[in-house]
Order: sequence, then structure tokens, then C-alpha cells
Amino acid sequence: MSTDAVLYDHPGPKAKARNLVLTIVFGIALLGLLYWIYSRFDEEGQWAGSLWKPFTEGSTWTDYILPGLKGTLQAAAVAMVLSLAFGIIFAVGRLSDHWWVRVPAGVVVEFFRAVPLLLLMFFIFFGVPFLTEQPMSIFWAVVIGLTLYNGSVLAEAFRAGVYSVPRGQSEAAYAIGMRKGQVMTHILIPQAARAMLPVIVSQLVVLVKDTALGYIISYSELIQLGVNNLSANYGNVLQAAIVAAVIYIVVNTILTTFAGWLSRRTRRKGRAPRAAGATTQQATIEPGLGGGGGGTL
Amino acid sequence: MDVFSDPLNRDVYITGFLWILKLTLAGGAGALVLGVVLAAMRVSPIPVLRGFGTAWVNIFRNTPLTLIIFFCYFGLFSTLGFSVVDDIDLNNFWLGTIGLSVYTAAFVCEAIRSGINTVPAGQAEAARAVGMTFLQTLTIIVLPQAGRAVIAPLGSILIALCKNSTIVGTIGLMESSNAMKELINANGNAVVPIFLVFAGTFAIVLIPTGYAFGWLANRLAVKR
Repeated sequence: MSTDAVLYDHPGPKAKARNLVLTIVFGIALLGLLYWIYSRFDEEGQWAGSLWKPFTEGSTWTDYILPGLKGTLQAAAVAMVLSLAFGIIFAVGRLSDHWWVRVPAGVVVEFFRAVPLLLLMFFIFFGVPFLTEQPMSIFWAVVIGLTLYNGSVLAEAFRAGVYSVPRGQSEAAYAIGMRKGQVMTHILIPQAARAMLPVIVSQLVVLVKDTALGYIISYSELIQLGVNNLSANYGNVLQAAIVAAVIYIVVNTILTTFAGWLSRRTRRKGRAPRAAGATTQQATIEPGLGGGGGGTL
Repeated sequence: MDVFSDPLNRDVYITGFLWILKLTLAGGAGALVLGVVLAAMRVSPIPVLRGFGTAWVNIFRNTPLTLIIFFCYFGLFSTLGFSVVDDIDLNNFWLGTIGLSVYTAAFVCEAIRSGINTVPAGQAEAARAVGMTFLQTLTIIVLPQAGRAVIAPLGSILIALCKNSTIVGTIGLMESSNAMKELINANGNAVVPIFLVFAGTFAIVLIPTGYAFGWLANRLAVKR
């Protein structure tokens, strides 16, 4: 059901008048809210030019924000590649015919999906050095944490994707004499990846946002450098946080737009299998991600 | 497991998870209410409200929760002087709840909106045909059916919220992840058991919760 103009009639003269009144009422309420925020800022002197001026200076960007963004993107990029690999390996593992591969893979995936990422990072960064008796690299603590968590979520996405490929595809592949491994790598995974593209990309957005957890174990990423360190110098926490939020929103919007373009492009070829077959309505909500403790935002 | 036979350590563990429980319940309630209102705004005939809902979702869905919680503490509390109660822990709890609610509400809103899309157009058209207004169509006809379709997504949002509530530890609340950090630093010889107990608690609670929501969603699905 497309929501525009299905939930309500095309407005007649009376409804138009009513909508106009409501628009004005809510418009004023919204402006009131904005004014309240503005005056709250004003009372605490947060509009002072000295607090915003640093963002017009090049050195603020080259010393704090860009290195921070670089740290964020570096960790995100490495973790993206590793978690995609982790996801494919464990998805294939869970689909294996041998119970001694299937069961451990399932346990690993279910466990890491259910454990909060911050807890995992704390263990890797603070706990593992006690075991190895060597200091842990902070970059790898962040990347390994991100990989284990997001990789497990992606593994479930790939698995759901493989189930969504019509049975005839693998039957045909076996019929022309492909081996199990060939069927998986040549037939199932490519189609599964295409069907699950929206889920995969939204998980990558989650991954970019989750690099912010690195701040808590003081990895030099955008919040650490661009908000924490910057505001220590200029005393402008509020302003720095707003600028950082805008940067995150821009990065994630680019990623989402790219995903939209990619999925339109692949759809045009008309080959992508529909996730979960006939029940596409359900699939639009959550494409076949099964149970377990794997909620991810 | 010697670590947890010490009652002091056990206290750290229990308080940690009590904070998680409270944050999940309070944040979940806030996010659900806010999310339903936002979803109603996004499908309403009034452009101002649609724009507000869209802006909310795009802003909060794309900002890291860590930054939002950080902002709640250093922005709302330290800089703008906004505080709920005098007790420092309790105040941090409420600041965390605000952060969790506004963030999670964006996801609840999107889940409900896609739930609304699963309701056949004929339902809303029939409601309009018998003369219902927009609010009546939404609250009597569409939302109850959409609600049953979004049980599974809302379940995974709740699970994610529970895991995300560890992030409130950033602003100094002694929730489970900070509790684990403290125990690890004090007991370097028992790192793995400590991690397994903390992670295991989450896994034991959350994995069955996920399957329970899946079962519930199947049971309550609108058969079409």
C-alpha cells in the first residue's frame, strides 16, 4: 500500500481549510520548539562567535576533524572488508552438510550477534592483554570487535539470502555437474548477495556508526579528535558535537544513496531473486533474518 | 568462577545488569511512544508534520548513538544546564534514557511505516468509504493490522536497544560493560570467565527473546 493519498481522501474545500489550519498550528508549534532551543543556547551564550569560529579555520579541520574522520573511515573500511569475508565464511559454514562445521559456526554467529559490541571491545582491549601479556593495538581492538559483531550479522543475512534463491538454481547447477563448492561460489552466493544488498548496506551503515564506540576505548576517531580534543581547546563541546553529527549524517547518506543506486541498477537487469519468494510484503520489513539475539541498529 | 563468589563482585555484576534492565525498559517505552507518533506524522496529510518526521528519522538514524549519548551529557547537561534529578547516577540514567529513546524512535518509526505498507490498500479505502477520518482510519483500521506485521522487527529493535544500553556507560553509569571492565582490571587472572559470564548473560537472555518474538510474529501474523 503506498501511503500517499490512500489513508486520506483527496482534500475537498473543507479538508483543505482544515489542513491549512493544522499546518499553521503545527508550524507555529515547531517554530516555538526551535525558538526554545535557540533561546536555551542564547541563555548559556552558546551562539558566541568564538565558539563557532574555529570551524571556519583551516587548522581546526586539518588538526582535528579530518584526522578523526580518517581514523573513523580507516577502521570502518578494514572492518567492512573483514566482516564481509567473515560473513560469507560463516554463512557457508552454517549451511554445511557436516554437523561438525554447521554447529560450531552456528554457535559462533549466534553468540557474537547477542553480545553488545561495547562489551566485546572492552574484552578485546582490556581483557586480551592479560592473556597474551602484550598490549593490544587499539586500532585492531576496534576492527576485530566490529568484524566479529557485524560479520555475524552479515552471516545471517547471507544465509537468509541463500535460502531466498529459488531451488531450481542449485538443482540446475548440480545437474550440469557442478560440485558443492562451485554451486555455492558460482550460483548461490552471487545471487544471495544481490538479494540481500539492502540489508548488507544498512549493516555497513551500522558499522560506520559503530566505529564511534572506539571513542570509549579512546581510539582516535571522529568523536575522540573532532569533539573531545577539539572542545578541550576551544570549550565548544556543543558546537563540535553538532559538526561531527553532520559529518556522520553526510557519510551515511552517501552510503545509503549509493546503495539505492546500486539496487536500482541491479534490479534493472531483472535477475535478482525476490527475498523470501511470494511473501514480498513481509520481506520489505525484514528480509528473512531469523530469530536469535541479533537485533542490530 | 572464584571471582563471583566474592559478594562485592557479585554486587557489581548485579547492579550492572539492573541498570541495563532499567535502561531497556525506560528507553523502550519512550522509543515506542515516540516512534508511533513519528510514524503517524510521516503518513499524515500535513506537510509540516511529514517533514518533521522525515528530518527526525534522517538525523537520528544516521548519527552514532555514542555521539547522541555524549551530546545528552556534555551538551544538554553540562553546557545547557538541563538536569532531571539531583542524584548524579539517576540523572545520568535519565539522560541516557533520553538518548536511547530519541535514537531508537527513528527505527521504530521506520518499522511501523513499513508495517503500514503491508496493509492492503483496500483496507484503508474501505475505511474511507464508510466515512472515517484520517485519524480513525489510522488508529482503528491500519495501525492494529500494521502492529501485528511489525512484531518481528520491533522485537529485533528491542534486542538492539538492550545491547545499545551498554553505551550509556560512556557517561559514567556503572552498567554491565563498565562493571566488566572494572572486574577485569581487578582480576587479571580470570579474564575469560568474567567475559563469559557477562557475555553469556546477554546471550542467554537475548537469544531466546529473539526466537520468542519470531514465534509470536508467526502466531499473530495477519493471514492473507
